[in-house]
Amino acid sequence: MRLPIYLDYASTTPVDPRVIEKMQDCLSVEGNFGNPASRSHIFGWKAEEAVEEARSNVAALVNCDPREIIWTSGATESDNLAIKGAARFYKDKGNHIITSKIEHKAVLDSCRQLEREGFQVTYLDPDNTGIISPTQVKDAITEETILVSLMHVNNEIGVINDIQGIAEITRSKGIIFHVDAAQSTGKVEIDLKKFKIDLMSFASHKTYGPKGIGAMYASRKPRIRLEAQIHGGGHERGMRSGTLPTHQIVGMGEAFKIAKEDMLSDNKRIKKMRDRFWNELKDIEEVYLNGDTENRADGFMNVSFNFIEGESLMMALKDIAISSGSACTSASLEPSYVLRALGMKDELAHSSIRFAVGRFTTDEEVDYTVSLVKSAVVKLRELSPLWDMYKDGVDLDSVEWVAH
Amino acid sequence: MAYSKKVIDKFEKTLENPEGSSVGRWDPKEKDIGTGMVGAPACGDVMRLQIKCESLNNVHVIKDVKFKTYGCGSAIASSSELVDMLLGKTLEEAKEIKNKDIAEALDLPPIKLHCSVLAEDSIHQAVKDYESKL
Repeated sequence: MRLPIYLDYASTTPVDPRVIEKMQDCLSVEGNFGNPASRSHIFGWKAEEAVEEARSNVAALVNCDPREIIWTSGATESDNLAIKGAARFYKDKGNHIITSKIEHKAVLDSCRQLEREGFQVTYLDPDNTGIISPTQVKDAITEETILVSLMHVNNEIGVINDIQGIAEITRSKGIIFHVDAAQSTGKVEIDLKKFKIDLMSFASHKTYGPKGIGAMYASRKPRIRLEAQIHGGGHERGMRSGTLPTHQIVGMGEAFKIAKEDMLSDNKRIKKMRDRFWNELKDIEEVYLNGDTENRADGFMNVSFNFIEGESLMMALKDIAISSGSACTSASLEPSYVLRALGMKDELAHSSIRFAVGRFTTDEEVDYTVSLVKSAVVKLRELSPLWDMYKDGVDLDSVEWVAH
Repeated sequence: MAYSKKVIDKFEKTLENPEGSSVGRWDPKEKDIGTGMVGAPACGDVMRLQIKCESLNNVHVIKDVKFKTYGCGSAIASSSELVDMLLGKTLEEAKEIKNKDIAEALDLPPIKLHCSVLAEDSIHQAVKDYESKL
């Protein structure tokens, strides 16, 4: 077992060795290095062939037509293209956008930018398990609504929205529905022939592919139009200009092909590990699992350890790579906005840790982490004045704190 | 954000040997104890500092210190560093300790300076509490 142990699979994933092998063939002078847009020679044709094969692989994982897949530099760019591109193209039809408070910053910041351009945005509150319901979306729709953007799987707590149900509503009202699926590929079933979704963002690096490449699904039936955000040559049906990075695309294609083949077996193993992990922790006093327990992607476990601050716990677990919703771990010193939006008290947000297991996690690593966590919790509570007060029966909400 | 070695060492020492690092508590009602509790759970930082003083010819000297901290590694390290600075000091000397002394001793980066401010606040509260009993 190698230290440190990586349990931050929600943040990024290592590139699968099978993917690396494919990518390496596209780099050197002997490899497939040509510009896929070069129409006049075999270097271009072979590169184009590899790009189109990768496109089919991505399309196959989500059950759509390959012509509906556009290459971008990542899910962040796809979110920007989908949201700004659609809003700006259809701005004569209306100016209202619906999204949620717990979207990724790529969605929230894009919406903020559109607000500066005169759009109205409604930020829906999730329920206390983190889910946005189709009814909530329906109730927020107005005559001016042109776009709804909601994530499939939340990156902090792993909960899953009913995007199929929401899509039925948006399609029936002729409203564009964009879904950020960065965290869901390879983890949760996506069927774009069944789901009436118009735009979807994909990341490569959350599904064991390389960073710096992603894709966006743009429906052909019905046909979604967008205003391109990057100009310069009209690549990708005019939606996204720029020379296609063959090696990156081949990497993402291979990663998604593997995801389709291995999703069921991966998930089964990952769920078993995650469940065993939680079973070991749940009996610790004052420990809470954040987010819906049923509608959750298999690898995620966001836990609050009451009376202990998250960053100190991470420091005590120095051989384990994880992340926290604590203010101390953010550059802005604000606790996680996702946990706050669930209605969680700040102190529980400060005490939260996100564990995410993945394809390369072993049972040994989970067992080692469990025993480290248990001992760290005991030691940190020994240091905590809040734990003392809790044990003394003091109601912490009734204390007058001398904050600075 | 890489942690400074000093913060890590102080933090680990405190975690592994709490009693030897002055972690603990006294009854705040005792006459020779001054207690200062600063911060708030909502902010992610709470420090409770207690000083046990002895008076010699009307000069009050800090004989012993105990603390407990809920906060990040830098907050815990700051409280622990503060304890080292307080032992044997008079109350007047204790009041002179500034947050930047603690920050310098631990190489705290700008984003963690507030941990040292909290530590300084806790001394003032503890001294105030002790003096109120005289």
